[in-house]
Amino acid sequence: MRIVVCIKQVPDAKNVKLDEKTYTLKREGVESIINPFDMYALEEGLRIKEKMGGTVTVVSMGPPQTESSLREAVSYGADETVLLSHRAFAGADTLATSKTLAHGIRKIGFDLIICGKQAIDGDTAQVGPELAAHLDLPHVSFVRKIREITEQSLTVERLMDDGYDVVRLPFPALMTVVKEINLPRMPSLKGKMRAKKIEVSAWGPAEIGLDDTQAGLTGSPTKVVKVFAPQPRGKRELVEGDPAVQAASLLDRLTDDGILKISK
Amino acid sequence: MDYLLSENELMVKDLARKIAEERILPVRAELDEKEQFPHEIMKVLAESDLFGLIIPEEYGGFGGGCLINCLAVEEISRVCCGVATSYAASALGTYPIILFGNDGQKKKYLPELASGKKIAAFALTESTAGSDASGIRTTAARQADGYLLNGTKQWITNAGEADVYVIIAITDRQKGPRGASAFIVEKGDPGFTFGKKEKKMGIRSSTTGELIFSNCLIPADRLLRREGMGFVAAMHTLDKSRPGVGSQAVGVAQGALEEAIKYAKERVQFERPIISFQAVQHMLADMATQVEAARALVYAVARFVDSGAKDISKVSAMTKLFATDMAMKVTTDAVQVLGGHGYMRDYPVEKMMRDAKILQIYEGTNQIQRNVIGQELNKEFSRKT
Ligand SMILES: Cc1cc2nc3c(=O)[nH]c(=O)nc-3n(C[C@H](O)[C@H](O)[C@H](O)COP(=O)(O)OP(=O)(O)OC[C@H]3O[C@@H](n4cnc5c(N)ncnc54)[C@H](O)[C@@H]3O)c2cc1C
Repeated sequence: MRIVVCIKQVPDAKNVKLDEKTYTLKREGVESIINPFDMYALEEGLRIKEKMGGTVTVVSMGPPQTESSLREAVSYGADETVLLSHRAFAGADTLATSKTLAHGIRKIGFDLIICGKQAIDGDTAQVGPELAAHLDLPHVSFVRKIREITEQSLTVERLMDDGYDVVRLPFPALMTVVKEINLPRMPSLKGKMRAKKIEVSAWGPAEIGLDDTQAGLTGSPTKVVKVFAPQPRGKRELVEGDPAVQAASLLDRLTDDGILKISK
Repeated sequence: MDYLLSENELMVKDLARKIAEERILPVRAELDEKEQFPHEIMKVLAESDLFGLIIPEEYGGFGGGCLINCLAVEEISRVCCGVATSYAASALGTYPIILFGNDGQKKKYLPELASGKKIAAFALTESTAGSDASGIRTTAARQADGYLLNGTKQWITNAGEADVYVIIAITDRQKGPRGASAFIVEKGDPGFTFGKKEKKMGIRSSTTGELIFSNCLIPADRLLRREGMGFVAAMHTLDKSRPGVGSQAVGVAQGALEEAIKYAKERVQFERPIISFQAVQHMLADMATQVEAARALVYAVARFVDSGAKDISKVSAMTKLFATDMAMKVTTDAVQVLGGHGYMRDYPVEKMMRDAKILQIYEGTNQIQRNVIGQELNKEFSRKT
């Protein structure tokens, strides 16, 4: 099975600071990490490979320094890496990003594409589904568990606000995963040794057959009009104690405030 | 301080730290409380290839030496000395096979030990033989079809958890110290069972127990090198592994020091963080200085061992002696810096203090280390005059 995992290099959120005026992230001097959700995607890709055989190729669009994240993925067990890097790709919104990834991944070849549900810097959760649309693939987002996988199809649980859906989709397919799906493994020394030596292929627009105008800033219709901190929500209170105590105190409050009337 | 570690050494150190912080830290208190062997963590260490550090590449290992092993052990000990003991004891059981095994024995055992699919243990101690190894009573009687083992080993780390045991037994009582031999015993050998599991003060996530041999017949090819080499094998093994105990000491002391500094910056008394009191600062300064001195000694000796030097007994004993006495002091002082909180199990320093104590005892008590150093000094100066 040819498995492609998309990863993004992001600033380590633990150390990142916010510019108080523009509300943009101050990235200078902050260590880069693989987007945490993509680590779950990589782990799931590796598990599927261990079960079904095949290869795991990690792909990332980003500046040249993204190479270090691709090598890191190899230290966890990824087989191949592809870096989509070119000046023309810079400044991409989710549309241009997903289009660029789609062209790169088409060239790689795939049966299954796995993405993290969202990147912790942009937080849009759009790239995975958009990528599926460009490639005309069936897709499921927010996958929390793989129930069954065969040569033909994949049966997964999709996390919902109030439970989960069970969805089956035929290959080729795309899924985005949530953190409930697995506990990512640790890297291995053998993987780290391989990561030091492996050749990282870097592709630009010409290599993936993408028109420059579709990529990067020029290919991005999204305009950021304003960045602001949202208004804090109204006054909230946490009711503490075991369920019985919580229920009793809630009942008291609701009756005291005249919202509930209890008829004797 | 920058010890000019190589790229591979840093790689191992970083990996061990990552595993320690992400996988061991969250469970160390529970493992200690429940006296549980860390099966899950051993699996993670295995899958990360950390069991193969000291094993030659041709047998599936990383081909590293004493220093690289010390770096991994230090990082794990910084977070949990109990887990580090379980991990390091496998290296202790592996050394005799690396040092004294023939090619067949190495081919049979080392690849599986390198991958961590199997772990090892080393068994010298008996009820009558602690510091005085010559007091062992376990016998290995030569038979037509192998050796018949009888006797009991006590306080063996990884007893019951390990798959491969290197044990020292008497093959010829008449020959005194030259009458002991080293054997490989496998879990599952007929007549080999496990006895009492000890309840301990510290390193409670490691298992310490009895090995019982009752007419246990093992094939003749389990003998390491040849009859009579038992104590030589044991001493060479301990020479190689004692810097590892030193690095456990550096690790646990470093962990305690960090906890003490963090706490001293946060705890306010007399309207000031306690780190602003000179008495506290000086204690932290002494602790930090002692940790760094011990680390420098451990790394220097480990590099000396890796250079292929033969005369390592004295300096190897020095690392163990100096670093473990240091760790006892530094962990005790860390509890002092935390005051009453330090005494409570809500904070990790009381565990570190309990854990540190064993380091002055096992692999030869610190009195015995002083004996080794003293005897070597005596020998050196006899040669000179
Ligand atoms: C948790 C734990 C794990 C262990 N794991 C292993 C293991 O994996 N394999 C193994 O083989 N053994 C193991 N041991 C045994 C350990 O190595 C011995 O406990 C140690 O060597 C000391 O022996 P002893 O406890 O019998 O003390 P003793 O020898 O009875 O010593 C008691 C005291 O007398 C002192 N003393 C004794 N002789 C002298 C002397 N000649 N000069 C000065 N002082 C002296 C000692 O320093 C000590 O203070 C373990 C022990 C423990 C507690």
